[in-house]
Amino acid sequence: MYLQDLIFTLSKFWADRGCVIEQPVDVEVGAGTFHPATFLRVLGPEPWNAAFVQFSRRPADGRYGDNPNRAGAYYQFQVGLKPSPLHVQDLYLDSLRTIGIDPASHDIRFVEDDWESPTLGAWGLGWEVWCDGQEVTQFTYFQQAGGIDLLPVTAELTYGIERICMYLQDCGNMYDLKWDKHVTYGQLRKEWEREYSTYHFEQLDPAVAFAQFDTYERQCTRLLDVGLVLPAYEQCMKSSHAFNSLDARGAISVTERQRFIGRVRAMARASAHAYVGARARLGFPLLPAAIGQTAKSAYEAAADAGVNAAALAAARAVVPHVGELPRAG
Amino acid sequence: MPADLLFEIGCEEIPAKMLARALAELPAQLEAKLAAARLAHGGVRALGTPRRLAVIVKQLADRQPDLHEQVVGPPASAAFAPDGSLTKAGQGFAAKNGVAADALQKQEVAGKKGLYVVAARHVVGGETRALLPELLRELAAGIAWPKSMRWGWSETTFVRPVQWLVALLGGEVVGLQWAGQTAGRKTRGHRFLSPGWIESPGARSDAEHRGGWIELRGAEQYAEALRAAHVVVDPAVRRELIEGELARLAKQTSLRVRDDAALLDEVVNLGEYPVGISGQFDPSYLEVPEEIVVTAMRTHLRYFAMEDASGKIANRFATVMATIVKDPAVVQRGNENVLAARLADAKFFFAEDRKHTFDQWNAKLDGIVFQAKLGDGAKTIGDKVRRIVEIVRALGGASGAVRAAALCKADLASTAVGEFPELQGVMGRHYAKLAGEYDVVAGAIEQHWWPKGQGAVLPQTGEAALVAIADRMDTLVGCFAVGLEPTGSADPFGLRRAAIGIWQILLERGWRDTFGKVFDAAVAALAAQGVKLADRKALDEFFRTRLRGILVDDGVPPQDADAVLAETWQDPVDARARAAECARIPREAREVFKRIANILDDAHAKQYALAEQPAPKQPVEVALWNAFSAAQGKQLEGYGALINVLVEIQPQVAAFFDKGGVMVMDPDPAVRGERLKLLAVIYDRFKRIADFRKLGASS
Repeated sequence: MYLQDLIFTLSKFWADRGCVIEQPVDVEVGAGTFHPATFLRVLGPEPWNAAFVQFSRRPADGRYGDNPNRAGAYYQFQVGLKPSPLHVQDLYLDSLRTIGIDPASHDIRFVEDDWESPTLGAWGLGWEVWCDGQEVTQFTYFQQAGGIDLLPVTAELTYGIERICMYLQDCGNMYDLKWDKHVTYGQLRKEWEREYSTYHFEQLDPAVAFAQFDTYERQCTRLLDVGLVLPAYEQCMKSSHAFNSLDARGAISVTERQRFIGRVRAMARASAHAYVGARARLGFPLLPAAIGQTAKSAYEAAADAGVNAAALAAARAVVPHVGELPRAG
Repeated sequence: MPADLLFEIGCEEIPAKMLARALAELPAQLEAKLAAARLAHGGVRALGTPRRLAVIVKQLADRQPDLHEQVVGPPASAAFAPDGSLTKAGQGFAAKNGVAADALQKQEVAGKKGLYVVAARHVVGGETRALLPELLRELAAGIAWPKSMRWGWSETTFVRPVQWLVALLGGEVVGLQWAGQTAGRKTRGHRFLSPGWIESPGARSDAEHRGGWIELRGAEQYAEALRAAHVVVDPAVRRELIEGELARLAKQTSLRVRDDAALLDEVVNLGEYPVGISGQFDPSYLEVPEEIVVTAMRTHLRYFAMEDASGKIANRFATVMATIVKDPAVVQRGNENVLAARLADAKFFFAEDRKHTFDQWNAKLDGIVFQAKLGDGAKTIGDKVRRIVEIVRALGGASGAVRAAALCKADLASTAVGEFPELQGVMGRHYAKLAGEYDVVAGAIEQHWWPKGQGAVLPQTGEAALVAIADRMDTLVGCFAVGLEPTGSADPFGLRRAAIGIWQILLERGWRDTFGKVFDAAVAALAAQGVKLADRKALDEFFRTRLRGILVDDGVPPQDADAVLAETWQDPVDARARAAECARIPREAREVFKRIANILDDAHAKQYALAEQPAPKQPVEVALWNAFSAAQGKQLEGYGALINVLVEIQPQVAAFFDKGGVMVMDPDPAVRGERLKLLAVIYDRFKRIADFRKLGASS
């Protein structure tokens, strides 16, 4: 299976099960979780099922294109199912069968892996899914994001599509993967890896990146002050990438590290809190209108207790109507 | 009729360690609930796999026994009006206990004055079937998971989402709902091997429409029915199967599977149906230190290392699948590829590290915080290393020890340790050797982390032992100085372990006078960096308590340990020798010397100058003094000899106190003084061994 066919097949599989096929976010991010379609949509009581490919940059993992398994950027295929269906594991295993990973031929296991993103103030429990010892998917039940307790809970599935495809193509080197009939992954990606490794490890100007970080942070605060949640969150994404780049450059000492993570987390937290409030004011528009109004009323009634409590109150108001809501699967 | 109970919670994959803990705790929790519910039962056991927790109760009574009890109410004077009729309080009591007014009795109640109203209550025992739903719900909800979660719209929490419940009493379903599930008799077999599994992705995938379900008849055939669906539900049986598989792989490859008990414990709980498989890797990876290879295999992949007959690591591994596959060679190749990628990374880290020097790493340690509360100038690992060096110098450490102290934490800044934290010290040893350091220095870098746990190996050289105690003492003094001493069972900085480690090392080395020196040196080194230990009493007590623990673990009765450590404890070798000899003190001697100690205490006998010779007059006094002098004269040094004296003079001491003996506290102050002096001189000889007042009645 060509890598692009893997993307098509997974997209079709999840679209058939009720997912919106979103598109990647056009900002540098370290993981699909940063995509507003995940980080913001998991908040509040609105159901949401989506899948998308996200180009994910991990500057510190860069290896100048020399390592067959590690790279400074790769593609994640991410699925978010909110609420998590009770049979989500079965759905996931079906998706593996669809792309040609048959549990009758492979040793598939769910191995404990608790996920935490200190920069996003988010955590969840779940597994890494192993196929013959190889981690092919990160499977997480989100419990908290931006410091807000999540109800309903989102199941997030993140497929490492290069690794899966290496399996399917029986290929030992990521750069030899066939993207389609004619083009290899290496032809598309190797030069980028070489140049960006050089950039991140050798040429990135820390003073510039530090200054950018500060600017993003100021912008985030200012934009939240004027009620522009989405642009504000974009500044948070950018600051996170600036931090990752500086970290790869070795420009952040171990003691400073925690402080920078805390600054990104503060932006993520403020954005998340503002986002839930904004959705409430809109009447949680992804809910059917009447239920959305019910949730909005519950939110407003509990607003004095803070966003976390109000979001839970809104969700509890929706619970009696769960049968009327769209579901994935 | 008593019947067997089966309760199974079907779950998404439970983490291995949490599963082991839950299975270990479940039987006692259930037994406690059954006891509280007054339900008689036979054996209780827990079984489970990553996808299920089950408890089976044999011969569970079908009902509670009836209860006959007497309930004590208010005083009779309050329950009855003067005319004999019931007051409001009396009526309330009768109503509350469901007894008629004329069934109330007036009685005397133990421990109370006057008459009280007593109701004889007869409670008909409840039916087990009716009691079980609540009891089992509480059992399920009460399992203490280190981390638990919510799922879907539910606010129930559990370790992972609950998928089904089975509750059967004597083969009949117990009506019970919990975590969004209704208990029945259906369980799911192995995820991929259970008969009836619908594999077509086109089929509806809601759990109830998928295959893999099997019906259970009851507790008796639970394990058997699951086995038929490729689930080995008993962890002990899984362990046997895995051991058999590993033995098979060893035979096949003419190698041995390297023992790894912790890994085996984990693997037992990683799947429902274990099947062994082996694979190999490029021998060139064995050029990196073996520990990296083994760690990469075990921590990331749960592979067992294999070795030849001489114990040398081979380029092979053994691992355990959780299913049966069509072609094991496919899985083998997959596992080999994963390992190759990991080993390539390990090789990369090792090569990167080789480009760095210890000086560069040590410089980085100034940016790694050891303990923020120590404050600027003392809080980094770099600061700690400088202190360790100072302490080792103060203890007169040889150049090798000082060098090892200076390098002991450097590898924390290496990429290999960054990737495999459990290799701290091990990588330091390798890198030190590669950098041309002496073996003793390289060895001490690794061994200063030893002992790594209870009963683990201690540092093998004097150099390593010095650095090990210096490092630990620095941690202890530092933490106590800034108020981070352990409270209750919480010991986040491992201070108890650190203190025990110091004692074990001192004991094994026979370092009798080192404790005080290393303590003072650590205090001084921290003070030089601005951290003052205001009060050393708490830390002294902490150390004494740990030494007491070591003695007690060695079999010394707790009271004897207290007696031995009461006066002086800083020399652990001496303390241990005294404790060992205490075991030989006979019961009578314990009694009589305890008495002497108490008499001397009461009489404030310290005033008697011990230099003065006693002048015994009465025959029993003379006999005791002569026996003591004679025994002492021929004895050699040592606690054993001292105890011999004690045993030898025991009859004379006894005679001194016996009927026909003397009264110490004679009304005549001169006589009294002489007798006290006699006892004081004798007791003084023995109190070095222990404080007899605290000694137990027998050893």
